[in-house]
Formats: sequence, structure tokens, C-alpha cells
Amino acid sequence: MAILKVKDVSKRFGGLKALSDVNLSVEENSVHAIIGPNGAGKSTLLNCLVGKLIPDTGSVLFDNQSVLGREPYQINQMGISRVFQTPEIFGDLTVMENMLIPIFAMRDGAFRMHAYETIANEKEVLEQAEAMLEEMNMADKRHMHAASLSRGDKRRLEIGMCLSQKPRLLLLDEPTAGMARADTNNTIDLLKQIKDERDITIAIIEHDMHVVFSLAERITVLAQGTPLVEDTPENIRGNPKVREAYLGEAA
Amino acid sequence: MLGLNKKDTSLLIVVAILTLLAPFILNPFPSDSAMAQFNAGYPDLMQRFVIFGIFAIGFNILFGLTGYLSFGHAAFLGVGSYSAVWMFKLLSYNVIPAIALSVVVAGLFSVLIGYISLRRSGIYFSILTLAFAQMSFALAYSVLSNPKFNLTNGETGLQVYADDPQILQGANAPDLPHLFGLPMRATYTMDVGAWSFDFNAGYYLCAVIMMVVFYLAIRIFRSPFGMMLRAVKSNQQRMNYTGLNSKPYTLAAFVISGMYAGLAGGLMAAMDPLAGAERMQWTASGEVVLMTILGGTGTLIGPVLGAGFIKYFENIFSKINDNVLHSWFAFLPDGLEDAVVFIIHPFIGKGWHLTLGILFMLVVIYLPGGLVEGGQRLLNWIRRKSVGGDDTREGKTEPAE
Amino acid sequence: MDAILLQILNGLDKGSAYALIALGLTLIFGTLGVVNFAHGALFMIGAFCAVTLQKIFNLSYEVIDETQTDFLGNPLKVKTPYVESWFGPEMGATIIDWSVPLSILFAIPIMLMVGYVMERGLIKHFYKRPHADQILVTFGLAIVLQEIIKYFFGANPIQTPPPAALSGSVDLGLALGFDPNAIVYPIWRLVYFLFAVVIIGGVFSFLQFTTFGMVVRAGMADRETVGLLGINIDRRFTIMFGIAAAVAGLAGVMYGPLNPPNYHMGMDFLVLSFVVVVVGGMGSLPGAVLAGFLLGILESFASTTWATTTIPGINQIIIYLVAIIVLLTRPRGLMGRKGVMEE
Repeated sequence: MAILKVKDVSKRFGGLKALSDVNLSVEENSVHAIIGPNGAGKSTLLNCLVGKLIPDTGSVLFDNQSVLGREPYQINQMGISRVFQTPEIFGDLTVMENMLIPIFAMRDGAFRMHAYETIANEKEVLEQAEAMLEEMNMADKRHMHAASLSRGDKRRLEIGMCLSQKPRLLLLDEPTAGMARADTNNTIDLLKQIKDERDITIAIIEHDMHVVFSLAERITVLAQGTPLVEDTPENIRGNPKVREAYLGEAA
Repeated sequence: MLGLNKKDTSLLIVVAILTLLAPFILNPFPSDSAMAQFNAGYPDLMQRFVIFGIFAIGFNILFGLTGYLSFGHAAFLGVGSYSAVWMFKLLSYNVIPAIALSVVVAGLFSVLIGYISLRRSGIYFSILTLAFAQMSFALAYSVLSNPKFNLTNGETGLQVYADDPQILQGANAPDLPHLFGLPMRATYTMDVGAWSFDFNAGYYLCAVIMMVVFYLAIRIFRSPFGMMLRAVKSNQQRMNYTGLNSKPYTLAAFVISGMYAGLAGGLMAAMDPLAGAERMQWTASGEVVLMTILGGTGTLIGPVLGAGFIKYFENIFSKINDNVLHSWFAFLPDGLEDAVVFIIHPFIGKGWHLTLGILFMLVVIYLPGGLVEGGQRLLNWIRRKSVGGDDTREGKTEPAE
Repeated sequence: MDAILLQILNGLDKGSAYALIALGLTLIFGTLGVVNFAHGALFMIGAFCAVTLQKIFNLSYEVIDETQTDFLGNPLKVKTPYVESWFGPEMGATIIDWSVPLSILFAIPIMLMVGYVMERGLIKHFYKRPHADQILVTFGLAIVLQEIIKYFFGANPIQTPPPAALSGSVDLGLALGFDPNAIVYPIWRLVYFLFAVVIIGGVFSFLQFTTFGMVVRAGMADRETVGLLGINIDRRFTIMFGIAAAVAGLAGVMYGPLNPPNYHMGMDFLVLSFVVVVVGGMGSLPGAVLAGFLLGILESFASTTWATTTIPGINQIIIYLVAIIVLLTRPRGLMGRKGVMEE
């Protein structure tokens, strides 16, 4: 069953047509990669999925509910979590606090005046955060300021924060951009582990073919704002159209 | 104790002891000695310490936690004062309804201003709050003071007149602000040898209220709510993508700090039943910014320290004149003495604001964490000197509180 | 019709001051990305340049004239300014009379220097700090500068009269075909407005027609790219800061005859000028000028008896009211560019 359906989505910026008639569906519990050369409209598409942009036409359905016109925080509450190209974390706060915030957000919703509570007494939330830190191998760093973490650790933390909310769909925007090879491989391993251990759908926008072919089960190739093909990695590899539009260019 | 951890409990206890014993602590010099001018234990000054402390604690909940720099908080102080005086005029000189109303009215007023101002952030927010405060000042100073509708009594300031209704004022009640019959001006003076200590009812009322709101501030800092406010400052984007709506959080912080300011304004009126528009001017808003930054933004005790520091030295500096300086430097050779006095002269007496401005710039440039950070650095330095080991890391990872 | 024209004219002098200060604020914000709360203080320092020069010109020596006596019967002491003894009584008197316009020459090097020192000594270190820190440190600097002026010149306003030839009023209405006395306008206000127009024109043509100006404009649009071209943007920006300081200073020099300078005039104008910048659109130079004049004129209309009797005190709140409305409906201001301080 398709968990995310994008139907006939178009978006213009002035005279520039960033997306035209994009149709896409992401199957539940799959890893779906969206690739394409620079300027293909990948980021625009992603922003349409999370409420940052509203497409001019078309619809975006998550679990058969429209996400259009909702604020990013409402879309998150529907079960979509987003990982950014450069890790977006709470730099001034400690690693532990970073992990607590999404869990409180899940427990209490978009806003609550929980000023009468004391964090130290909220055992249940603390335990969940602790468990997630363990899972991310970051328990020993819990008192560090998040801003002082290494790039790879920031990425792990961000992914951990997203997972702690038990999302049904995890969107990743070039998760390994600007990373060293070792960090990239660690991230791939982490994502593989997540895929194997959880009931989760992963949609990933990526530039790095190594990452795409190590993870994806389905691949959509976007070129000039419109999907060129959608297929399995093996078939994409051999597809001459893709070669021409994208891989050939790179080779 | 009271839902606080050990560290916070001891902080609260220290603050409580210091405020309750302030009449002793602030009067360390015998009353007829030459050093008596450095005493700060008079009711009037002590009241100002705690009232501005409350104001700064509240401001810090907004600026310290969410990072929204308001340049218009004096408006809430003024609104609080006006509300309190109106209570005196209409009901009675009892301070309880007056203070209650000042908090409520300032709260409502800050919902209105906050709702509009918080639609923008950064420097736009600062300028919007500044514009609102200046507008409130102009409203209070002239617009709302005309024969048809006199809410503020303009230049003269709002005060209680003999023909005011005061419907609940009992026949025997004191003709000045009181707490169920205990006048705020009531002062018991205790003479111990050459020393003299003043215990003032108004001061103790303010001190108790300050301790309560300080305790509330600690609870806010340690609550998930406080953490969310710090998240607002740190990364609003991540917050919104984590399913949190940052707007109501910021508005709540704004209203809470507005209510603190209103409380401070109400207490000011309770100590001296007069409310003037100048209390709302943007220089007054600037003052609370100075206090908070100087003490230590985002720390619990910083704003209180900053308020005390500024109010104390404002008082002391205005008293030092050239004669005092000459007596201090009398040990120097004559020419040198004159030179030293000449150099220091611009910074004392009426030059206090010059000193304050310079001090403030130095703090912003070199010590962004204010007095609290300065104290911590000093402590670390001493510790390192005495131990000889390297424990700088501790000071860095521990949040400054 | 003539009444409307009169109010427009009445708004021009304040509008000119707003426009000049806002222009400098925008230049600094657009080039250096710094929010300068000390800009009003620069305006005030300019005004006190005129005060200083006037004092210097009036420095006198005393001669005891034995031939005359004062009312107590003592020999009369006659004070003669040095300028009069150097340039002759007539020329000397003219110099004293024209001290305010002459201060322009005196103020330009001083203001450039003040601007240079301020930028190199303080502002430079705050480029990378958050806007809140910039606001705070320049706010502190503004307090310091105003207290220094207060220390040397006292707290009371100091009269700086315009030259005799430029004081008094002209009947502009007559010249424009209205009834006599319908539009009587003080000459100095006219002078101030023309002066502002010349300065604004000068700044704009400097930015428009010189290569220096071109680089600065490019830097305002996209600092990084221009930096990548290997152009030393920072040095030019320092010079721009000096120019912005000079513009504010000159606005202050000539403002003296309209309103006697005092130490807090800078702060009074600063708050309003910031509002002007925001209304005009942060980072837009034409916006700053336009909004300056518009708000000045609006204020003048709100000060008419008709307006103040309808809504008492409207003249004092109108600018803030407009600013709040503009900020909420057009967050970018009248002419703000996309992408500049959006949030």
C-alpha cells in the first residue's frame, strides 16, 4: 500500500517551472530514493511534502490525508519526520535535552503549559530518551552541548531525535552531503539498521550514488522538474534514459 | 524541597537568607562613621533592589530563555503602576487588590502587544516592542489625560486625591498604602551600639513576593516548558519540524515576563502611591535590559544581581563628590591627588550613567555572560591555582546557572 | 489647498532629518549588516560640532576701556572675539553670524574620523555576533557618547541661531499664487530641506556613478560573491561607515537652528529613525528616504489643531501607529528587498 501519494504536483517560481506534473507514490515500509541532477526540483518537491511550500496544483496525500495547507508542525504530528541536509539540532542545548524535546512533543502535542512539571521528575520521558541515546551510541555524550558534536554525531543525533517520535515516514535530504567517506558509511549502516529493525518508510533525496544504491529499493529519477523513470535500482542502472540524463553526465 | 533539586534549593535558601537579612547586610558601617554613606540599608533603596529584581527576573524569562530582545518592557511596568493607583483610588489603600490588578492588567496588555509583536522576530521584534512602548508612553503622557477622559493624569502623574471614592476604605485604615492595616511605610529601627538597622514593612512585603516569583522562575527554568523556550532560542526550524508550535510558547513567555513587570510596577505604586508616564519611557526599558545583561542573561541569579548592582552603585555614585575623592586620595602627593580626582571626576556624581554605559559595553564585549560568568571564571581560576590541575572542561559543559 | 501645502512644507524639516539619519542607518545595515543604535548619537555629535565652533568663534579677550565706565562707575571691560581682531570687526562679525553653515566644513573631517574610529575600534568586532549583541553594544555606546556630551556641554539646550540673512520667514504662498500670508515659511527650514536634498542626491550619485559606489551596491546585494571576486569589501565598508556618520553629523549640524541641541536629541531621533527605516524597508536606501519624508509630513498633518482636537495627542503616536500597521501588513516595508532580514 502506498503511504505517500504525490499527484500532478506543479510549482512555479516566477517564470521558472520547478516542478511539472510530478506523480509519485512511496510504498509503506520501503526505502524510496529520489535522485536527479542539480536543479531537477528535488528540494522543491521535498519542501512541498513537509509544508514549507504549497504547490500551485496537484495534491500530496499521506496515509490518504492531504498534507497541503498544514504547518510543518502539523505534518510532523501526522507521522512525517524530516532530516535536514545540514543537521538541524538545538545547538545550545545538551544532547540529552535534544532527545527530550521530541519525546515531550510527542507526549504533549504542539503546545502545553507544562511549567509546573520538572524535567527531572518525568521518569517515563527520561527513560525513553535514555534508550534512544543508547541506541544511537551517544549515551556517553549526553551532557555535551549539541553544537560541539562532530558532524557525524550531529547527524546521528538528528536521526535519533526523529526516530524517538516513532514516525511512519522518515524524509532524508541528502543525509551524507559534505561527509567524509567513513561518516557516510556509518550513516548508511545506521539507516540499514533502522530499516531492518523498524516498521518505517524511508524516502531519501540523495546525490551520492553509493548511498542510493546501497539503500534504496525503489528509485525515482527526477529531471527538469518531472519524473523520468521509477524502477528498481538494478533496472535504473541499466536504463539508457537515466544514463543520458544523469549518470552519463556524471561518468 | 518544593520540587527543586539540591543545587536549586540551596540557591533559593541563600537568596532567602540574603533578602531577609538585607537590613543587616546592607548596613555594615556604623551610622555616624564616614563610611556610612556606603550603607544601602534604607527602606527606600532596599525596596528598589527587590522590585527591580522582580522586573529583571521576569525580563530574563523572555530574553534569557527565548532570545527575544524586548525594548518595551517598561510599558508593562507603567501599566502595573497605573492599575495599582486606580485600585487605591477606587477601592482602598489595601495593597493586595492593587497588586493583583496590576498583574492581571499587565498580563492582558502583554497578550495584546505580544500577539502583534511576536509575528516578527529578531530586530523587527525589538523595534516593534520599542514602538509600542513609546506609543504607550505618549498615550499615558498626553492622549489619555484630557478633561473628558483622564486615565493617567498626564504630567502630574496619577495619585490619590481626597475626593476619590475609595469605597472599601475603612474609617480607621491608614491613609496610605497598607497591608490589612499595616502601613507600608512602617519601619522599626533597631539600634545596636553604633549601628542602626531599619526593618521596613514594605521592604519585607516586596522581599517575600520576590522570593515567591524567584521560586516560580526556578520552576519554569527546570520545567519542560522552560526547555521549550530555550529550544525557541536555539533552533525554531527544528522545533517546528518536531511537531511543536513555537508561537504560543514565545507568547506565553512574553506574557509571563509582562506579568512580572506589572507586578514590579504594582509594588512600586504600593511603596509610593504615585504613577507617572516616565516609568514607561524607553530609557526605563533600556535599564532592565542593562540589569539582565550585566548580571548574566539566561541564568537564574544573574538578573537579581544585576538589578542590585545597578541600583546600589547608582545610589553610591551619586553621593561621591570631589571632596569625598580628595579625602580618599589624601595620602597621595598634592599634584598627583588633584590629577587622580580630575580623572575620576567625570565618572562620579552625575556621571554615573557614563560609568554604567562604559561598564555595559565592556560586559557585552568581554563578558557576555555578565557578572555570573565573571564569578565563575574567577572561581575556576582560583580552583585551578589551588589544585594546579586542569578542570576547565567542567566550567564549559555545565550550563551557567 | 494652501493649508495642505503648508502642512506638507511643515513636515519637510523633520522629514529631512529622519531621511538623513535613516539613510545612514540603512547604509550601515546594508553594507556592514550591523544594527547601529548609536546612530542618533552621531546626529547629536554633529549638532554639537556647530555648538563648539560657535563657542570657538566667540572666544574673546577683554580690554579695559578707560574712556568709558559701566553703570557702577568702573572702567568698562570690552570683550572682543579673537576672530574680530584677526579678520577685522566686520568680517569677524560675519564669521560669527555664519558659524552654523561654516560648521559643515568643521564637522565633515570630525564626523568621518568619529565614524572611522567607531567602526575600527568597536563595530568591526561585532560583524559575526548576533544582532541582539550589536543592538546592545551600540546602545551602550550611545549612552556613553551622550553622557560625554552632557559632561562637556551641560544638560540644557544651547541656542545655535542661523545667520541673520537666513533667519526670518518668506511668504511662499505669494510666490506660488496664493493669498498673502497663507503660507509663511521660515527660511532656515527651506535651507535645511534643500541641504538634505543636496546630501541625499550626493550620496545617491556617489553610489550610482562611481566605481566605489558600484562595488558597495554590489556588496549590499550579495556580500559573499563580491568578496569572492577578490575585492576588499571590508575597507570600502569602513569608508561607508564614515560617510554614514558624516551624513548623520551634517544632518545634526544644520538642525541646530530649528531646535536648540541638547544631549538627548540623538536618542529622541534614533527611535523614530529606526521606525522610519523599518517602514521604508530594511536595507532599501530609496525606501529610507521616502519613508523619512512621508512620516515627517504625516506627523505634521497629525499636529494640526483639527487633528489634535479630534484625537488628542495623535501627533505623538501617529508614527508608531503607522509603523506597526506597516510592519504587520507589509513586513518588508514600503520598498524592502526580498531576502533582507525576512524574519
